[in-house]
Amino acid sequence: MSILLQQFMQSLVPIYPEAVVITVALMVLLLDFFVDKDSKSLLGWFSLAGIVIAAFATFRLMGAGVSGSFFSGTFNLDPFSIFFKFVFFIACGLGILVSINYLKSQNIHRGEYYSLMLFATSGMMLMASAADLITLYLGLELMAMSIYILAGFMRHDNRSNEAAIKYLLLGAFSSGIMLYGMSLLYGITGTTNLSEILAFLRTADLNNPVIYLAMIMLVVSFGFKVAAVPFHMWVPDVYEGAPTPVTAFMSAGPKVAGFAVLLRVFLYSLEPLHAHSTAIISGLALLTMAVGNIMALSQTNIKRMLAYSSIAHAGYALVGLAAGGPEGAASVMLYVCIYALMNMGAFGVVIMLRKAGERGEEIADFAGLGKTNKTAAFLMLIFMFSLTGIPPTAGFIGKFYIFKSAVQSGLVWLAVAGVIFSSISAYFYLRVIMVMYMKEPKESIELTTSPSLALALAISVTAVIYIGVLPSELLDYARASITGIM
Amino acid sequence: MLNYMDTHLLSFLILLPLAGAFILLFIRDAGAVRRIALVFSLAELALCIPLVANFDTATAIMQFAESHEWIKAWDIYYKLGVDGISVLFVALTALLTVISIMVSWKAIQDRVREFMIAMLVLEAAMIGVFTALDLFLFYIFWEAMLIPMYLLIGVWGGPNRLYAAIKFFLYTLVGSVLMLIAIIAVYFAAGHTFDVLAIMNHKFSYTFQMWAFAAFFAAFAVKVPMFPVHTWLPDAHVEAPTAGSIILAGILIKMGAYGFLRFSLPFFPDATLAWTPAIMVLSVIAIIYGAYMAFAQTDFKKLIAYSSVSHMGFVTLGIFALNLQGMEGGILQMLNHGVSTGALFLAVGVIYERTHTRLIADYGGIAARVPVYATFLLVITLSSIGLPGTNGFIGEFTILLGAFLHSKPYAVIASLGIILGAGYMLWLYQRVAFGKITNPHNEHLADMNMREVVAALPLVALVFIIGLYPNAAFGIMHVSVANLIQHVNAKLQSAPEMTQMLSTVIGK
Repeated sequence: MSILLQQFMQSLVPIYPEAVVITVALMVLLLDFFVDKDSKSLLGWFSLAGIVIAAFATFRLMGAGVSGSFFSGTFNLDPFSIFFKFVFFIACGLGILVSINYLKSQNIHRGEYYSLMLFATSGMMLMASAADLITLYLGLELMAMSIYILAGFMRHDNRSNEAAIKYLLLGAFSSGIMLYGMSLLYGITGTTNLSEILAFLRTADLNNPVIYLAMIMLVVSFGFKVAAVPFHMWVPDVYEGAPTPVTAFMSAGPKVAGFAVLLRVFLYSLEPLHAHSTAIISGLALLTMAVGNIMALSQTNIKRMLAYSSIAHAGYALVGLAAGGPEGAASVMLYVCIYALMNMGAFGVVIMLRKAGERGEEIADFAGLGKTNKTAAFLMLIFMFSLTGIPPTAGFIGKFYIFKSAVQSGLVWLAVAGVIFSSISAYFYLRVIMVMYMKEPKESIELTTSPSLALALAISVTAVIYIGVLPSELLDYARASITGIM
Repeated sequence: MLNYMDTHLLSFLILLPLAGAFILLFIRDAGAVRRIALVFSLAELALCIPLVANFDTATAIMQFAESHEWIKAWDIYYKLGVDGISVLFVALTALLTVISIMVSWKAIQDRVREFMIAMLVLEAAMIGVFTALDLFLFYIFWEAMLIPMYLLIGVWGGPNRLYAAIKFFLYTLVGSVLMLIAIIAVYFAAGHTFDVLAIMNHKFSYTFQMWAFAAFFAAFAVKVPMFPVHTWLPDAHVEAPTAGSIILAGILIKMGAYGFLRFSLPFFPDATLAWTPAIMVLSVIAIIYGAYMAFAQTDFKKLIAYSSVSHMGFVTLGIFALNLQGMEGGILQMLNHGVSTGALFLAVGVIYERTHTRLIADYGGIAARVPVYATFLLVITLSSIGLPGTNGFIGEFTILLGAFLHSKPYAVIASLGIILGAGYMLWLYQRVAFGKITNPHNEHLADMNMREVVAALPLVALVFIIGLYPNAAFGIMHVSVANLIQHVNAKLQSAPEMTQMLSTVIGK
């Protein structure tokens, strides 16, 4: 019996990080009963500790060199998935840190919140590790369901409800399309295993139009998840309505998870179709960059502006995906990691400005921040320049790699379009800086600061500057992590 | 230790202002902030003394070179070095920064600490642009410079500063990002290297050269600024605080021309030849159009801004004459323009602090009240016109000589620009300084004080030093420029008759 148990435990080793996250999520639900209303932040710190332990477990797995395919070829533990897991830990950790004080001030401090964030994170981890279409779908739904609820977490707020229902409906729609695409793929290849699909396609006759139909359906459904144009309609409303920390988390976590899946499916499983998928993805990338950046120009609400900006950034990452190859894959990985950091930072400053009322959501509310709160304004300045892609910030390094891999793959036109749109983006990012530094404060702004928020901002700003000046380590790590899908 | 200083001098030059900016983060008292910023900029200037003194003018190789691996995966090196062209601009940058900080002493009262930090960061980035020998590193400095400059114009500028700041930023950014793509393309075409010296020795195909040259041109032409992408300059100059205008006119717009010399010409010699007629025409248009526009201005600063467009037209005319005279004249004219336009903006700043108006009509007859100021303005006006004995004469004369050798019509039309220049500058001086005092506010105008005189003196001295002994500057750049021309010549794949012409010119 004990030997069986031991074997069972042994077989669980590759999913230790996931197990930790899920266990902590369940414990948070239980502990919620025993923690009184005023000390819910303990649950936040507890969840954070869970994330740290999971990160440590992942680190140990990486160090021990455990890798390969597990659970009858449904679960991959490879450098590729581990890289993404670290990004998810960062997104979730920062997400928890920026939430703690916000939830308290909005009177929605409940244990489920942290638990849902952890469930969402475990879903993303599963997505990154998926070796089978079924695992992929499971992880995706686990993530999506949790986030539907999180988006509507301010249940007395109409906009939050609207956000949740919109996200749910469109999410369900895209899941349907995805399942249809997967079933077509299964129908042709006779397998749901990603490696076996690759093996089949390598030898198959690629003239079968159904393959392309399946591919297009997958592009469409993943396009929904990463908010690529023209499947982006839900983004502004959902981002605006959801509680700001959820928006921050949503703009980082699920989007990065979406790219993990896109990379694995399109650059690995469907690699034989690359010539065709590149054409579609290049078009999507161009549209996404164009619409995201141009629509962001006219926004007056900072959350909507950042929503369109996150669409635009998905566009840049798609450029890397279209470029393909090891360099393209590594550039997308580096980019989404940097993007998660700088976007979480920017949202962190937005959260600082939000008091019990509605303050801090209009760009005009930032007026004079450079005088009234120099630190907050300076942090926002760095995040805005980083999102624009001006050196020496991490945003530049990310974009540089994306465009470099695009040029390498001969997609010079796409790289040129990308840099043009990214110069257009300077206008709306700089407007925030302009309002902060060049306008007089209308009234005294009182910021909500807390140690957790300060910690989150300190982490993200340090990372943004550090990666901007010394990108080598992260870059080498990203390049070393593509082995799983190449 | 001394040896270490020698081999890392350029890094020190970049790091020193950054260290100063970092220290300023912790200083609250405005007076102390000003003094510390001045001390750091003076120390930077002092560091330039060993740079210039130990510079070997007999060789064209990169000196004070250092190279460290930076981003291995992309073959990027932290590589610095100066030759006879860039060393001049490093020194000019250090000098103009000191002057800018001095003229901001009283003019900047709001957020002094942030202002000085921006100035020092800007200085570090500018030195970086002139010393970087890795294209990626160069681009980092080139773009990073936009941040402090944007803030300088936008936060401390005039009434229309928001518009001017964003216009400046967007114009330069659009040009720069196109260059970024070209830099990436060059990296792949040259065999995975960003090393400027290695790329110089690589021969690119003709089509590639044409495209890459165009992309680099987009970045540099906006910066120079060449007609018709010059429109950001008058706005930025007018709205920027005095220090911003001095840096903008003195250093920033030189970077475009520097870029042509350092990158465009040696990388893409065939494309350079092909593009030369178009650039010569644009230069001549800039000369005439800038001068013409300067006549029409009622705003002191805007007039100088348009005169800058005109003067920079001379610079590009000289460089693309593609001969020794033209290029040396162009480089000297860049220095001259830095000195004299820097001084002109200083002069505007001095008078603006007292009267709070920049309209030329609000002045008139002030020479009687402020004789020192009037003298200073006269010297600078004459230098800007190019009176023999001043620096402007040497620059313009050499450029015209080069242009004449290249193609006579350009030289003839360009010389009209000199006449126009004399016209608007003397007319400006007449309206400001001579006649009766028309504005009662000017009756009790105070003359330049000690601080302002000290700030102005080095510029006045340079006007005469270069004017009377131009070899001080020519001597430093000569070997490097000759080497550049030889290099371009040797790399040319097409147009043998052009090569013929180039060599005869060098022979002279």
